[in-house]
Amino acid sequence: MPEITIDSYIILSTTLFIIGALGVLLRRNAIIVFMSIEMMLNAANLLFVAFSRHLGDIDGQVLVFFVITVAAAEVAVGLALIVAIFRTKKNIDIDTLNLMKG
Amino acid sequence: MGNTFVFMLLAAIAVGSAIGMLVSRDAVHSALFLVLNFITIAVFYLVLNAPFIAMVQVTVYAGAIMVLFMFVIMLLGAERLRGVWSDRTGEMVFAAFLGFLLLVIFLIALVMGNGDAVATAGMIDTSPVALGLRLFEAYIFPFEVVGILLLAAMIGVVILTISNKRGKNA
Repeated sequence: MPEITIDSYIILSTTLFIIGALGVLLRRNAIIVFMSIEMMLNAANLLFVAFSRHLGDIDGQVLVFFVITVAAAEVAVGLALIVAIFRTKKNIDIDTLNLMKG
Repeated sequence: MGNTFVFMLLAAIAVGSAIGMLVSRDAVHSALFLVLNFITIAVFYLVLNAPFIAMVQVTVYAGAIMVLFMFVIMLLGAERLRGVWSDRTGEMVFAAFLGFLLLVIFLIALVMGNGDAVATAGMIDTSPVALGLRLFEAYIFPFEVVGILLLAAMIGVVILTISNKRGKNA
């Protein structure tokens, strides 16, 4: 079996990121779209930690700490927005949210 | 460190749960697949000598954030919509482009990879003490900014969820 290299982690992280991006592009449910965004953040975090291990530098882990904090704030605001949208439009299908379309 | 079998197993679980999240019809199933994905990534952090980040991942992501997601899914009762997949063609084209990009990145990584093992640098001290010292010495300003951001997010959420029943635009 081949040795695990940093390339393995780059491939894994890219795969997770692109699955997340496909979720944002292809799904209709706003909550699923939001979960896909979380997965993209996680893919970036995984690569941060992998490079932190690779280069022997703790700064990568500090950055992951910040990313997790910002993600927590973003989730709180985003879910509050989804609840507010649901309250006015009675659904969260993003294909029907075209009020600002010209 | 070079335990290929562990990496392959974890990578299979991570990618499998990610695809499960993407294709699940029910939003609750998607959320549960995402919890599995987050926990797998926490195990990756343990393998990569980041125990504190792994625990933060489990408590904050797999715990708090996913509980919030589940709560909103249950609250809205919006597990299922009429159609699962979006029907906008522009996004479909872009998604196909992204799939092609993934293939290109695989090929680049296979051709140009220099084969460095992950652990070329020696083990460093990544205990919570070392991480906290680094956070408060070199990153004290970003730390304060993040604190203000959390406060702003909290106030924003409270304002967003206030329903003014007396107002005209409810």
